[in-house]
Amino acid sequence: MGETSKIIIEPVTRVEGHGKVSILLDENGQVTRARLHIVEFRGFERFIQGRPYWEVPVTVQRLCGICPVSHHLAAAKAMDVIVGADKLTPTAEKMRRLMHYGQIYQSHALHFFHLVSPDLLFGFDADPAVRNIIGVIKKYPELAVQGVMMRKYGQEIIKVTAGKKIHGTGAIPGGINKNLSIAERDSLLKDIDQQIEWSRGALKIAKDYTVEHLDELSDFGSFNSNHLSLIRADGAMDLYDGGLRAIDAEGNRIFDHVDSQDYIDYIAEEVKDWSYMKFPFMKQLGTDKGWYRVGPLARVNTADFIDTPEAEEARVEFMALTGGKPNNITMAYHWARMIEVLHSAEKIRDLLNDTDLQGDDLVVKGERRSEGVGLIEAPRGTLFHHYRVNEDDQVTMANLIVSTTSNNVPMNLAVEKVAKKYLSGTEVTEGLLNRVEVAIRAYDPCLSCATHALGKMPLTVTVVDHNGQVINRRST
Amino acid sequence: MSDKIKFTMDGVEIEATQGQTIMQAADEAGMYIPRLCAHKDLLPFGSCRVCTVMVNDRPQTACTQPVSPGMSVESETEELNDIRRSIVEMLFVEGNHYCPFCEKSGNCELQALGYRLGMLAPRYPYMFNKHDVDASHPDIYIDHNRCILCARCVRSSKELDGKNVFQFVGRGIHKRVAFNSDTDLSGTDVSVTDKAIENCPVGAILKKRSAYAVPIGKRKYDSQPLGSDIESRKAAVKQG
Repeated sequence: MGETSKIIIEPVTRVEGHGKVSILLDENGQVTRARLHIVEFRGFERFIQGRPYWEVPVTVQRLCGICPVSHHLAAAKAMDVIVGADKLTPTAEKMRRLMHYGQIYQSHALHFFHLVSPDLLFGFDADPAVRNIIGVIKKYPELAVQGVMMRKYGQEIIKVTAGKKIHGTGAIPGGINKNLSIAERDSLLKDIDQQIEWSRGALKIAKDYTVEHLDELSDFGSFNSNHLSLIRADGAMDLYDGGLRAIDAEGNRIFDHVDSQDYIDYIAEEVKDWSYMKFPFMKQLGTDKGWYRVGPLARVNTADFIDTPEAEEARVEFMALTGGKPNNITMAYHWARMIEVLHSAEKIRDLLNDTDLQGDDLVVKGERRSEGVGLIEAPRGTLFHHYRVNEDDQVTMANLIVSTTSNNVPMNLAVEKVAKKYLSGTEVTEGLLNRVEVAIRAYDPCLSCATHALGKMPLTVTVVDHNGQVINRRST
Repeated sequence: MSDKIKFTMDGVEIEATQGQTIMQAADEAGMYIPRLCAHKDLLPFGSCRVCTVMVNDRPQTACTQPVSPGMSVESETEELNDIRRSIVEMLFVEGNHYCPFCEKSGNCELQALGYRLGMLAPRYPYMFNKHDVDASHPDIYIDHNRCILCARCVRSSKELDGKNVFQFVGRGIHKRVAFNSDTDLSGTDVSVTDKAIENCPVGAILKKRSAYAVPIGKRKYDSQPLGSDIESRKAAVKQG
């Protein structure tokens, strides 16, 4: 048996949560295997058993501080089913949508400006002392301020719809607990044009970067994959509601307009012993071929069109790059994400001008049910919440498939591709190891969400030989 | 002979009626004394000790101690408020009070009292005692994790509802509220409209399916701190 070494990147930086990467090298220094391990543990499915169902949207959102709104709304949508609220009032649905677009907007802005922009602006090999948000603030102060102000705007939207910027109570089973006052509306309307302008700018940065570096990025952790997202009945991108659509790498439909309540007939999860994160797959294709990508790239790929003009124009341009076929370039996630930022800003503008938000009809109820599923397109991809409730109103079963979990296989593939290309047979440098993280960051993973704990993510890389001896270690 | 008497509280002369408790007289004068088990519609009980004041340098519960002419009462002192804060902290660590997602948050007297007394974090270790919930009643939900054993439900059921639904069982750390039933809450004659349900100061007894209906910012204590309703009388008394 030949000599082998192992490189451990732990923890991975500039993503949400804790994880590590292990890279196995053979005696010739060739990468033989690379894996992203999620080392956090989530217990929420167990915590909420026995708790009353109306508490769940407020409880489960606490598994994350970055996109709690997504969990709040997914759980509320599941509880809508439980209380028989098949169609919400226009005020309730639009308030929730406004909350959700605010959430997408702030989360994408956080990721692009704070976590990713150092890689794009300074290059993968730049000095890590500069390649960080402080470096961005020093060299591109206007851009850094934009990022902060865009995130703030999204958070303000969440505050006026959910009651608080983080962990609010707005969505309740069957509706919403408040409308949007004229004063709240006007305070947001006065800044919307500026926000749209900044969104255009962010989109341009992401697009130009991708196009200018296309030769390198086309093969940077890229691979053909299936894509999955919710889709509106008419085929439009819909981040709040719709049926499930899955396509393959060529754009062929695997399934379409699947009712959210039937997700379990189409999606299953596999457990592996080296990660706390499960591996979801489409049942009809099995574990080997049924894995898929979710998130901005998948959503832009699956949508027939986007129903806001500027984002649609951007989508057409995005799809033209790959001749109208699905884009499978991992780093194109950033471009797709910024298309969604512009889409969200346009949606926010339209909603703020909709008088339904000042309505007073907030909650509906119908025939009580014992089981409900809530699906939503969270910033990082399709989010599944599934609950069963007994006759005494207590939760008896909960299952969450969070976006990052769906991207588990793709992230592992991206890590392996990048590791094999850049780390084989060469001295391991910080810049090369950063490439592994760059590939992971493209997915904007929320590792704390995916298994559920709290935390941030600094990085240590350790090279270990086959006897467990540490050969090399690098930290950031 | 007049039944009016005078005493001083925190240096302020208060006119009271013979037979009133210190708390009742102070309330009328617009001077708030912190409390938890006391309730305006219930008989004096003196259980939680949060309303402890110094009467002529001796500790007494303001909810049970009658006024007497010339008595000197101290309430708003650093020492007393520290003791009150200590009691509230003990209640927090003995139960499982997760304010961030509790549906009573913003309307909870324990939480509001913690804020009023400046409780930042309990100085005692959390006990994480295991408590049950009873969701058997179609309209009422009981969460013993949040019960502070104030006996408002026990007393309200007897004194106001004319029933005997709730009672304490066990002693010391094992003390808990039990139901007058061989099975669970659904086996009692409790009704969701009972005062026993309404008068729970915390999130232990709740009306089902009404959670979070009031948005953050509009809840009882979001803009009106605990005791401010009583203290607003002080201005009215002065103006009058």
